[in-house]
Amino acid sequence: MTYSAHFRIWRGSAAGGSLQDFDVDVSEGEVVLDIVHRIQATQAPDLAVRWNCKAGKCGSCSAEVNGRPRLMCMTRMSVFTEDEAVTVTPLRAFPVLRDLVTDVSFNYTKAREVPSFAPPEGLAPGEFRMQQVDVDRSQEFRKCIECFLCQNVCHVIRDHEDNKPAFAGPRFFARLAELEMHPLDTVDRRKRSQEQHGIGMCNITKCCSEVCPEGIKITDNAIIPMKERVADRKYDPVRWLGARIGRRGDGGAEV
Amino acid sequence: MSSVTSAPGRAEVEARTLRSDRWWVSPAVTFGVLFLFVVYATWRAFEDRHYFAEPYLSPFYSPCLATSCAPGSSDFGAAAGDWWRLSPALLILVFPLGFRLTCYYYRKAYYRAFWLSPPACAVAEPHRRYSGETRFPLVLQNAHRYFFYAALVFNVILTWDAILGFRNEDGEWGHMGLGTVVLLANAALLTVYTLSCHSCRHVVGGRLKHFSRHPVRYRLWTYVSRLNARHMLFAWLSLFSVAIADLYVRLLATDMFSDPRFF
Ligand code: SF4
Ligand code: SF4
Ligand code: FES
Ligand code: FES
Repeated sequence: MTYSAHFRIWRGSAAGGSLQDFDVDVSEGEVVLDIVHRIQATQAPDLAVRWNCKAGKCGSCSAEVNGRPRLMCMTRMSVFTEDEAVTVTPLRAFPVLRDLVTDVSFNYTKAREVPSFAPPEGLAPGEFRMQQVDVDRSQEFRKCIECFLCQNVCHVIRDHEDNKPAFAGPRFFARLAELEMHPLDTVDRRKRSQEQHGIGMCNITKCCSEVCPEGIKITDNAIIPMKERVADRKYDPVRWLGARIGRRGDGGAEV
Repeated sequence: MSSVTSAPGRAEVEARTLRSDRWWVSPAVTFGVLFLFVVYATWRAFEDRHYFAEPYLSPFYSPCLATSCAPGSSDFGAAAGDWWRLSPALLILVFPLGFRLTCYYYRKAYYRAFWLSPPACAVAEPHRRYSGETRFPLVLQNAHRYFFYAALVFNVILTWDAILGFRNEDGEWGHMGLGTVVLLANAALLTVYTLSCHSCRHVVGGRLKHFSRHPVRYRLWTYVSRLNARHMLFAWLSLFSVAIADLYVRLLATDMFSDPRFF
């Protein structure tokens, strides 16, 4: 079954742009990325779009479809009715390069700001021994495909460009949690999560979790546990006192 | 006016959102229900009457700590004495109120529905500036764990109230009525809500680095995690059950309904 769908695709650059209309054939089983490619092949050969795997694994084809951040290759046409216009724009929280392609280097800057994994001194690669129960939590965050949909939807920076320098974003809160929960990591990232990465700006409204194509429970399993750890370190006078008097000189971290 | 989602260098889109679904339904419903609850609870807390219908005590007034409490309702003594002239509900209100206000789920609910920050995902919020939970007063949300500890105590008290419901109007044990069921259900839902709390999940085991070294706490953490996945559900159910339990007691106390006794 083929039908003609109405598409509105944002075209332009940082200098300006607008939504342009296309009528295009859609066949059964197709996804939004297929249709964008058909438009590129038949009507707009210079339409810029980034993609790679077509299998929801490379995180390249992030865009906004009918206003919702999604992977184009994982958005089936069958979720729309045949007479519904399908609007595709580039990610709206990052600078646009051209058409559907944005410059996501903000995320690479933020990635570099997270202190990397630091195993105990004297332990060489190959000597690491870990229990599965101890790495389960970190492994959830390893599923991340770095599509940056979570970063894009987060209102802290999406609606407030001025917060970008002070805010790492949900993808990197997950990274901080991954390392903080890692059984062999030795760096205390709790205080800096608040002071350098801006986790306090997150108001746990969960949009990052809503859009994550890997289904990572970013808010429940990374951000809130990190906020609780920050509270251990910074906002819990009882634990603070306990750490002063007791043996734990590390501000109440528990091994 | 362009929306706050616009910024130099970004794709120029005038619309506040291009979402075509009914994204406003959920925040509107949340707003309505929470608003009604706040109005009802405020009215009841200030009413200072009809909160005790032997042997049932309304959860809004438990524990009743002032000398002015209805005779027989102060099961934990009138610790506050007689200088307290206002409704005894106001003495204890800060604990359940603070617990829900700082709850991670309710924060999401009211930041979205009341403060519109954001009203829904990928819908621009109306505020020009935003600092999240980094400054006073919102930085106080970090005290949630203390309200959690207080809530544990309140759960014991409300469970005790429900147990007292196994008496009749003359204080004799071994009886039960519909009110007993209402209070028991309320105490149970509040307990599940409290145990599913994110701070609880952290305290029982979440803060550990090595689960393998703490098998018991790990086990507890897995139980709490399972409850925690339904925290939103328990938050709503227990909100309704508190209001229903209070309303039920009020209906009895005002003789608008008489408690069906089972035995
Ligand atoms: S939960 Fe926090 S990090 Fe995630 S989108 Fe909302 S504000 Fe951003
Ligand atoms: S956490 Fe999820 S939404 Fe965010 S970058 Fe990774 S896969 Fe994408
Ligand atoms: S093309 Fe790789 S995720 Fe869509
Ligand atoms: S997180 Fe909701 S009660 Fe603690």
